[in-house]
Amino acid sequence: MSTADMMTSNAPLLQVENLTMRFGGLVAVNSLSFQAAKGDITALIGPNGAGKTTVFNCITGFYKPTEGRIGLRHGEADFETGLNAVTASDKASISTEKGSIYLLERLPDFRISKDARVARTFQNIRLFSGMTLVENLMVAQHNPLMVASNFTFGGLLGFSRYREAEKAAKEKASFWLNKVGLYDRADNPAGDLPYGDQRRLEIARAMCTDPVLLCLDEPAAGLNPRESLLLNGLLRSIRDDHGTSLLLIEHDMSVVMEVSDHIVVLDYGTKIADGTPKQIQTDPKVIAAYLGVDDEELEKVEAEVSA
Amino acid sequence: MSASSSEMMTANVPKGVNWSYAFKEAFTTAVIALALLCLLLGVTTEGGQNILIFKPARLAFAVFLAFVVRFLVVVQKERKAARLEAERLDAVAGIQPKKRRNWFERAEPYLQPVLFFLMAFFPIVLVTTLGGQASTKWVDNYGIVIMIYIMLGWGLNIVVGLAGLLDLGYVAFYAIGSYTYALLAQYYGFSFWMALPVAGVMAALWGIMLGFPVLRLRGDYLAVVTLAFGEIIRSVAVNWKDFTGGSAGISAPKITFFGIPFNASDEGFAAKFGLEFLPIHRSIFLYYIIFGLAILTAVVTLKLKKLPIGRAWEALREDEIACKSLGLNTRNTKLTAFAIGAMFGGFAGAFFGARQGFLTPESFSFEESVLILATVVFGGMGSLVGVVLAAIVLNGGSELLREATFLEPYIGSDPNRYRLFVVGVGMVVMMLWKPRGLISTRTPTVFLNERKAVSGSLVKEGHG
Repeated sequence: MSTADMMTSNAPLLQVENLTMRFGGLVAVNSLSFQAAKGDITALIGPNGAGKTTVFNCITGFYKPTEGRIGLRHGEADFETGLNAVTASDKASISTEKGSIYLLERLPDFRISKDARVARTFQNIRLFSGMTLVENLMVAQHNPLMVASNFTFGGLLGFSRYREAEKAAKEKASFWLNKVGLYDRADNPAGDLPYGDQRRLEIARAMCTDPVLLCLDEPAAGLNPRESLLLNGLLRSIRDDHGTSLLLIEHDMSVVMEVSDHIVVLDYGTKIADGTPKQIQTDPKVIAAYLGVDDEELEKVEAEVSA
Repeated sequence: MSASSSEMMTANVPKGVNWSYAFKEAFTTAVIALALLCLLLGVTTEGGQNILIFKPARLAFAVFLAFVVRFLVVVQKERKAARLEAERLDAVAGIQPKKRRNWFERAEPYLQPVLFFLMAFFPIVLVTTLGGQASTKWVDNYGIVIMIYIMLGWGLNIVVGLAGLLDLGYVAFYAIGSYTYALLAQYYGFSFWMALPVAGVMAALWGIMLGFPVLRLRGDYLAVVTLAFGEIIRSVAVNWKDFTGGSAGISAPKITFFGIPFNASDEGFAAKFGLEFLPIHRSIFLYYIIFGLAILTAVVTLKLKKLPIGRAWEALREDEIACKSLGLNTRNTKLTAFAIGAMFGGFAGAFFGARQGFLTPESFSFEESVLILATVVFGGMGSLVGVVLAAIVLNGGSELLREATFLEPYIGSDPNRYRLFVVGVGMVVMMLWKPRGLISTRTPTVFLNERKAVSGSLVKEGHG
């Protein structure tokens, strides 16, 4: 299955090429290549243990991939030329007047959020539970606030530049709290929130870093159907109103099929399908992977599905 | 008024205490105490003779004490459980529970101003009431010593309480500050005020030096390495005899009033200001120096807490991985916490040198680190007011044991020998009563509508 012709018309934002991750003898991800387009919601699905979270950890810098290249583009820079230029150099990024290209596997973990502007959430929620909701969102704006406080010195002396920046940061925090429907609880500790609210707060926190790409690791896990519906709306709004593209791992098909523009299916670390939700739904390999059908029975299933 | 009285009528009344259960529990405890202590306290040999002497009185006293303490604890527990049950029933019945706060929680809002005024006017009040001669001991042994521990506690609080990095070698920075002052004075003739900033900078540099190699370590591993660092600094001070004077120590010039010495000569402070010479002048001056330094520490800490760097420290304590995912440079964040915490330790060290006039490595033993850490934990991690209370209770309390000579006939030896024992018992009781320290709530650094305290049970201790 070739990737290029499956792509939507949008320009690529993230390009993963031959990504391989080995843990000792275990090959968690095997030569995975896919693209996520700008302005799309790309879903990464697959049975348990397929290597989805490993891919996420490689993209967001928590793992260094054994092999492969992960390119990210800001703006309209020429992706292929740019990628080859960065790869040939020993730098992690290149900037032209049209935009910049980042090689994510070369960036140290925190720079992926700070410079390449890729944000993520976690499968097991990682909020700052002893801090209030608004504090959580303020921590997410650490880097711009740090610059505004002249790396603490200006803030310590009470310069007006920092005070204005802090005010703006609080406004941004209230905007996102409103957006996820948690404004009323702004000054409560994050650890006190019910599970579904914690998930939404984590998304709001990630969005406060102004990402170009937001990676969500099972955002609908543990949500009830009503909350899932709200989540769908939130994800679409992030894509449409904020120009942030999304990459999500999800098991809840009602979310995946509803919101994604493009789906990549993994099984045992290998990509088995790549396409629009409609194409994926009817792909016999995907059905076989999910239902656990033997190869011999595959044809039978295929016939059933197409019937 | 009428609304509250009608609530009182309908609210469930807590059940009474089950006295026989309390007696049974206390009796069991007394039996266990008897079994454990019968050989420890019940018999003794004296004067190297092979004769057992029975001491029934002190055994009985200990067993009785165990009985009474257990009885009171059980009664208190029963009362609390009954009250909670009544409140639960009220909640089921839809009655709004009355906000019930114990004496300590009620006192909390007033603690900060009260403690500040106590600290600010302590020597003045003493001198006016007791006179210059009698109050010297109190200002010197209590005021200044407690103030040093408050400052060290506040400094360590940045590392342990805010950033959540367990540092068992904090005394190393205290030592570096002291020796920086003593050595600069000895070799280059620095005065205290010239050496003070240098001591802070030196300690901060060493904080970064320690910080770099231990950045990857967390929890117990970090604690062990910091402990080792504290011992290394002390060992260097002991063994580098040509430079530091080794175990014999090094003299550090005593504090002067901006060049005017505190002595009885014609050039001394008392003569210049036309006062009668009293040692208290020096003590009061020292007290206000350390008070100023401590207040500086507190103000800087409170300011930093509200800046991005302070929030980053607390976020680091809560979840390091989430910090990385939000683009926080965790390495630099940890290093700044180490450096700033160490800097205040260095200031306190330089002060210590100027106060003592003579330094030996013995002043910077592991025990000191433990005592400083205990102050932070006892007070409630991250709380400045808590550290003050803890320093007063732990250090003031153990100093008071020196005064308690009237106890000598009862316990058979100098009460001061029970110093660490009392601290240990205090810690155990404390951890049972308030496991998160005296002040266990956290005040948010920023708010949108109203500032609500965060319960300590949600705040993490950090993992390294």
